[in-house]
Amino acid sequence: MFGKDFFRNGVHPPEAKDLTADVPIRRVPFPSQIVLPLRQHIGAPSVPLVKKGDRVERGDKIAKAGGFVSVAIHASASGTVRDIERRPHPDGSYSPAIVIDVEAHSAQMPRPRIIPRWEGLSVAELLQAIQDGGLVGMGGAAFPTHVKLSPPADQKIDMVLLNGCECEPYLTTDHRTMVEYPERVHVGTRIMMKVLGISKAVIGIERNKPDAIKIMRDSVPADLDIEILPLTVKYPQGAEKMLIKAVLDREVPEGGLPMNVGVVVMNVASVAAIAEIFETGMPLIERILTVTGSGIKKPRNLIVPIGMKLRDVLNACGGLTDDASKIVMGGPMMGPAQGNLDTPILKGTSGVVVLNEAEAHPQATYPCIKCGHCLDACPVFLDPQHLGSLGLHRNYMEMYDKNHLSTCMLCGCCSYVCPSHIPLSHLFGVAKATLRSEGVKV
Amino acid sequence: MSGSALLVSALSLGGVCTAFGIFIAAANRKLRVWEDPRINQTEELLPGTNCGACGTPGCHAFAEGLVAGQQQPSGCTVMGPDDIADVAAYLGVDAGEANKRVARLLCAGGTDVAIQQSTYEGHPSCQAAAAVSGGGKGCNWGCLGLADCAVACDFDAIHMSDTGLPIVAPDLCTACNDCVEICPKDLFVLMPIEQELLVQCKSLVEGSPAQDLCAVACTGCGICAKDAEDGLIDMVDGLAVVNYDKNELATHAAIERCPTKAIVWVEGAQFPEQQKSLRSFAV
Repeated sequence: MFGKDFFRNGVHPPEAKDLTADVPIRRVPFPSQIVLPLRQHIGAPSVPLVKKGDRVERGDKIAKAGGFVSVAIHASASGTVRDIERRPHPDGSYSPAIVIDVEAHSAQMPRPRIIPRWEGLSVAELLQAIQDGGLVGMGGAAFPTHVKLSPPADQKIDMVLLNGCECEPYLTTDHRTMVEYPERVHVGTRIMMKVLGISKAVIGIERNKPDAIKIMRDSVPADLDIEILPLTVKYPQGAEKMLIKAVLDREVPEGGLPMNVGVVVMNVASVAAIAEIFETGMPLIERILTVTGSGIKKPRNLIVPIGMKLRDVLNACGGLTDDASKIVMGGPMMGPAQGNLDTPILKGTSGVVVLNEAEAHPQATYPCIKCGHCLDACPVFLDPQHLGSLGLHRNYMEMYDKNHLSTCMLCGCCSYVCPSHIPLSHLFGVAKATLRSEGVKV
Repeated sequence: MSGSALLVSALSLGGVCTAFGIFIAAANRKLRVWEDPRINQTEELLPGTNCGACGTPGCHAFAEGLVAGQQQPSGCTVMGPDDIADVAAYLGVDAGEANKRVARLLCAGGTDVAIQQSTYEGHPSCQAAAAVSGGGKGCNWGCLGLADCAVACDFDAIHMSDTGLPIVAPDLCTACNDCVEICPKDLFVLMPIEQELLVQCKSLVEGSPAQDLCAVACTGCGICAKDAEDGLIDMVDGLAVVNYDKNELATHAAIERCPTKAIVWVEGAQFPEQQKSLRSFAV
């Protein structure tokens, strides 16, 4: 039934996970201010329910879902709403956000809200609780969980695939989640299986996390059909289409979704979050975050309130070293560089990587020598060298029309292997952004 | 034997050629599309830059419009008055009213007044920089100064000043729209040159946070709207917006009390003092 643990192409960047792989998850003191952008997930922005001057308690719903593909937002600390105004967003824009001045000496007591016993709930009630709990995919894209768990009736789902690969270098968020909260992952899987009406799940974990593989295997309840599958260490093993190919040997059609081949893929941290809201009764107000890299004094795995500013997070890790030069939210292969320390941590932020000057400085770019390394690296079989030359000439429409630009997931393999240091995936990202601003769906 | 083979091949080839020749000649008669010869003649009088500023796909399409009477010679913004007169004389039509438009930059945040939050070091283009965390400039709406517009301009009308702002030379600008399309921050607008009141800011941040990011930002205080004639300036989303339908009401009163000088009165080129420094540099 399973594939050959193999997808073609890809790259092997240095893992650099040892900085935080064995560091236990710790909480941090509450910051003095929390910024919660209304746009934290894919889909419609949330609609604020509070106004300037309102007092909110930790866990209070402060914004409701703005549609089906949208989720609620909750106050991640007790305090007063300072205002709803434009604040820096990790995507580089100034975007409307609810700003909360945190009470200085509050006990920040969690007061349970969501019905804790999920077993008694119907599927519709479970999905509603998940949407009200503000759950989104926590691996980066932040797609609302309840939407992923409600496939159209004509799509038959036969498999839940849990993504524990964490193929991005540096990050150890999912790794520590599996090591420290294996039960949550299992309970979350149970809830997903109930919602989807299936009985089989597979957790794919890269072989560079032997402790996580062992703990997950040892903790599987006897009545739960979950297989833990060790996978080759290779980037981008954790991209859902690559994972489906490697684990199930099924190929998602171009432009299709995993559900087209009967699979729902969820990141382990998102699954643990489902279990967490039912276990603690608190909505999604905090997340596990790896803060790491050579530019940070004390690399750590933290539980941070969502909306904590980058500045406060970095200070909680001893601050930046003198030669710190570039801050990336997410992993170094795909994460966007940040230009402002006041941007908040969002629900989908899986890590903060700080690179030092030697690592961050871009190397000089040379003309393409047509060596073809990028073709051998591209996991979705595009022609990056041709796309790159079109991108340099701003021929974006031809990239989209004739060269399958929309298949590119900006994994960065082509840029990584290019001996001429051409910023290929950056050019593709620019092409996508420009086309999107013109109304083309890429 | 070889002689007759030569003859047969020559005759058969000749026959085939003649047959196809007759066919092509017949097809040419039957399927001919007549085109007014004045169209090509007119096109030769046009500048041939195919810039699209007239609103048609290129000079040939504009020539067709001229001959058909749908366009006026003055619709071409590239030609000088003499050339327009030539075209009008050739076609025997009225040259029409020239409505000079120029590209205006809705940002005055050069490197001397706007803060730079972080440094972008990648592919040198505004579009590429804008895709990385907005480009690193403190103001998310401001000009990134990497000269995509100056590169895109076919008429050499845009030069970058020493503070990293594009300066448009009004006499060279043909309002072809290329800079408007390429700017990732949508900072260019094409405006009739007689619209002289201009808000050189697009920042939606209000009050002192806006001023912290850029000394010449519109803070949304609304003084200009109060000082100007009623209805000339509206405050929309923390930004002063000039209602150009009432342009005849515009006076210097609107700009005099602006605390940040975000609203200005532009005659000729924008940023005159920087223009001067550029000239001295060139000499």
